[in-house]
Amino acid sequence: MNIKLHVWRQKNGADAGKIVDYDAPDISPDMSFLEMLDVVNERLITKGEDPIAFDHDCREGICGMCGMMINGTPHGPRKATTACQLHMRSFKDGDEIWIEPWRASAFPVVKDLVVNRGAFDRIIAAGGFVSVPAGSPPDGNAIPVPKMNADLAMDAAACIGCGACVAACPNGSAMLFTSAKVAHLARLPQGQPERDTRALRMVNQMDAEGFGGCTNVGECEAACPKEITLENIALMNRDYIKATAVYRKERAGGD
Amino acid sequence: MAIKLESKIPDGPVEQAWDKHRFDMKLVNPANKRKYSVIVVGSGLAGGAASATLAELGYNVSCFCYQDSPRRAHSIAAQGGINAAKNYQNDGDSIHRLFYDTVKGGDYRAREANVHRLAQISVNIIDQAVAMGVPFAREYGGTLANRSFGGAQVSRTFYARGQTGQQLLLGAYQALERQIGLGKVKMYPRHEMLDLIVIDGRARGIVTRDMVTGKVASHVADAVVLGTGGYGNVFYLSTNAKGCNVTSIWRAYKKGAALANPCYTQIHPTCIPVSGDHQSKLTLMSESLRNDGRIWVPLKKGDTRRPDQIPEAERDYYLERKYPRFGNLVPRDVASRNAKQVCDEGRGVGETGLGVYLDFADAIKRLTEGGVRERYGNLFDMYERITDENPYKVPMRIFPAIHYTMGGTWVDYNLMSTLPGLHVIGEANFSDHGANRLGASALMQGLADGYFILPYTIGDYLARTKLDKITPDHPECKKVEAEVNGQTKKLLGIGGKRTVDSFHRELGKLLWEKCGMARNKAGLTEAIEKIPSIREEFWQNVKVLGGGEELNQSLEKAGRVADFLEFGELMCRDALHREESCGGHFREEYQTPEGEALRNDDDFAYVAAWEYAGEGKAPILNKEALEFHAVHLTQRSYK
Repeated sequence: MNIKLHVWRQKNGADAGKIVDYDAPDISPDMSFLEMLDVVNERLITKGEDPIAFDHDCREGICGMCGMMINGTPHGPRKATTACQLHMRSFKDGDEIWIEPWRASAFPVVKDLVVNRGAFDRIIAAGGFVSVPAGSPPDGNAIPVPKMNADLAMDAAACIGCGACVAACPNGSAMLFTSAKVAHLARLPQGQPERDTRALRMVNQMDAEGFGGCTNVGECEAACPKEITLENIALMNRDYIKATAVYRKERAGGD
Repeated sequence: MAIKLESKIPDGPVEQAWDKHRFDMKLVNPANKRKYSVIVVGSGLAGGAASATLAELGYNVSCFCYQDSPRRAHSIAAQGGINAAKNYQNDGDSIHRLFYDTVKGGDYRAREANVHRLAQISVNIIDQAVAMGVPFAREYGGTLANRSFGGAQVSRTFYARGQTGQQLLLGAYQALERQIGLGKVKMYPRHEMLDLIVIDGRARGIVTRDMVTGKVASHVADAVVLGTGGYGNVFYLSTNAKGCNVTSIWRAYKKGAALANPCYTQIHPTCIPVSGDHQSKLTLMSESLRNDGRIWVPLKKGDTRRPDQIPEAERDYYLERKYPRFGNLVPRDVASRNAKQVCDEGRGVGETGLGVYLDFADAIKRLTEGGVRERYGNLFDMYERITDENPYKVPMRIFPAIHYTMGGTWVDYNLMSTLPGLHVIGEANFSDHGANRLGASALMQGLADGYFILPYTIGDYLARTKLDKITPDHPECKKVEAEVNGQTKKLLGIGGKRTVDSFHRELGKLLWEKCGMARNKAGLTEAIEKIPSIREEFWQNVKVLGGGEELNQSLEKAGRVADFLEFGELMCRDALHREESCGGHFREEYQTPEGEALRNDDDFAYVAAWEYAGEGKAPILNKEALEFHAVHLTQRSYK
C-alpha cells in the first residue's frame, strides 16, 4: 500500500506547530498503525530528518499510552480499538491520513503527537481510591459482591486513561474518564464509605484542571476504545448532587 | 575479588522462617520513619505497591517512571490472573501445595524459603486487593471466582476478566495516587534512571534524565529500590512493552550489584505469530485459553489444507497425547518446547510454518459461543483485530515468544542486592521463580514484594544502618551526572548511518536464534563472539538525531540498546556455563531420551550470581548453593 500522511509537527510546547506531509510507500496491510509510523520514522532518520514523536508502550491496547487523532477521530476508524491495535488493513491503497495530537487545553502538547495527561493523575489523586492501607484487611470472601455489580464495576474499571474521551468531546470534558472511576468504586461495597467525598473531590479537581462540562454529546462514548458508557456519567452526576446536599462545597477538599 | 553471597535465610523449618524473621527484624519507630527517604524506580505492581505502602508507613518516597503516568507500567498487560492458596474451591489447595508447585514448576532452581514466604503471603494479597476495590470475577453467590492455570491441578487463580494485571495495577496506582495527593510520595513521571549513586559502599541515589527537558539531575535518599521489570526486550521481539529495558539493573550491576541467572528467560507458549519484518512486538494470548482450547498440528508434514478440512484422525493433539495427566495445561516451558519441536518437524501451520493451532471448536460445543465469549471475549477480539481471523470460526494460530525473565539482580531474603542499600523487587530480581515461572505467579510475586515484604525489610536495613546526610551536590553525584552527560553527548555525536532499531533487531535476532528456546554450546560461543562486534559497530555507526535537551525518543532508545548490547553477552555466558537443562533454559546437549529438560543437580543446584569485574574483563561467577529441605528434588514429570 502507498499512503500519504499529513502529520502535526511541533517542536515543543512553545512552538506554534504545523502539518507536514510525508509519503509512506510500501506499507503492509498487516502492520499496526504504530508499526507504519515506525517504518516512516526509520526512513526519516536515515534521511537525516527528525522522527515523529508519539507516545506508545504496551502496543496491545491496555496501557493507554498511545493516542492520536487519525482523520479527526481519536484512535482512528475502528470501533473499540486503540491506535496501537489498529491495523493498516483498515485503510486503502492511496489513502490520505491526517494525524494530530489530542486537542484539549488540559492536555498541553509536549512535542508532535505527545501530550501531557498529568491532569488525569491529579483527578485520581483527589479521590479515585479506597483509603485502605496495606495491612490486615478482612478475608476476601467476607465482602460478598453480587455478580452483576462486580461485572458493572469491571465494565467501568476497564478505562485505560488514554484521553480519547477528552479529545473527542467538543467541550474537552473529562466526565467519561472521571465517572468511570467514580462508578467503578460506587458499584462495590468497598467504595461506599468514601462515595460522597470521592465524587465531590474528583469533580472539583476535574473542573480545576480546565476540562469542560458535559452537554450529552456522546462523542466520548463513541470514541472510547474500551466502550465505557455514558451511563457512568449519569451515575456520577447523581452521586455528585447527593454529595453536595450532604457535604457543603467548602468541605470538599477537607476531611 | 569475589563478593560474598549471604542469603540471610532464617534458620529452622521454612514454614516458620518468615514469621520468625519478622519478629527478629528491627523496627523504625513511627516518629522516626518520616526522617527517612526512599527512592523507588518503577511504578508497576512491585514499585507502585512499595511506594504506596512505604508512604503509608510514614517514609518519604520519591517514585520514578519513564511513562507519562505511573498507571502505565507494563504489569498492566498481564491478562490471566493471580494465584493464591485460599482453597476457596475446596479442591485440596494449601500454602504448602502452592509452595510445592512453585518450587517444582521452577525446576528446583529457586530458594525454598523465598517461595514458601510467597505462598504464605499470597492469601493476604487477595484480601488486600479486594479491600481496595479490585473488581475480581465473582460467582452468583457473591464469592470470588477461581480458575485453573497452566501447571496446576487446583483452581487457585483469581482474575478480573482477561485484565487481571490492569486491575491489580490500578489498585496499586490508586493507592500510590492517594499518597501523592497526601504529599508523602513525590512522583516523577517521564524520568528515566540512567545511573546509580554509590557513596561509602552504599546505594544512596540515582541520576535521572527528565525525558521532556533533557535535564540530568541527582536524587539522593537513604535507600534505593529498583522495581524496573524484566529484560525480555533484549530479544527485540517480546511481549514486553516497547520501553521495557535492562538499564537500571545493568547500571546497578556495574556498580556492584551482582546479576543472577540471566539465562533463565521464559518463553510463553501462546502468542500471536510474527507476521513480517515490520513486527515491533509480540502479543500474548493469555495462557488461560489453554483451559478450554485444544492445541494441535496436522499429523502429516507439510499439510497445507485448511484446518476445517483436516479430519480428526489426521490431527495430532500432541500435548494431550504426550502428557495425558496435564494435557494442554503443562507448564509454559514444556508447552513452548513442544511447539518448537512440531514446527521443527515441518508440521507447523500458517504461512511461515511457525505456528500451532489452538482450537475452541470443542469448547464452543460444550459451553456455547456465548459461554466462550464470557470467559475469553476480550482475548478473542484482540486476536481478531491483529490477525483479521475470527477465532470463533477458525482455530487460533499461536507460537511461543519471549515473555518473562526469571533472572535479575541477586537479592538476599530481605530483597537487598549485594550492594548495601539497593533493594530490588518484582521481576527485576531473580528470587522466586527459579528457572521457570508458573502462570499467574508474576502478579503474586510483584505484589508480595511491594505490599508485604520490602516495607518490613527496608525498615530493618534503615534501623540497623548509620547513614550520613547527603545532598545532591555531593562530589560523587556530580561525577555520575558528568558520566551520564558524557554518554548522551557521545551518542549524539557519532553521526553514523544505522538507526538504533536496526542494531536492536540484529542483536535480538542473534539472541533468539542462539539463546532462545533451545541453546547449545556452539551457538552460544558464536553469539559471545559476535555480540562485541555488533556493539563496536553500534558505537561507531549509530545515527541518533536531535539534541539532548528535548524530548528525544531515539536518544532514549539508544541508551537502552547500548545496555542490551552489553547485557546480552552476559546472558549468553550464563547460558553457556550452565551445562544442564532446567525450566526455560534448555541446552540441547542435556535432555532425557524423551526430549525433556535434564537437570544436573550434583553440579548446578546453585544460583549463578555474576559480578562485574571492570571494562573488558570477564565477569566473575559467584555461586549460592540451593538447599532443599521441604521438597525432594525429582525429575519434573507432567505425563
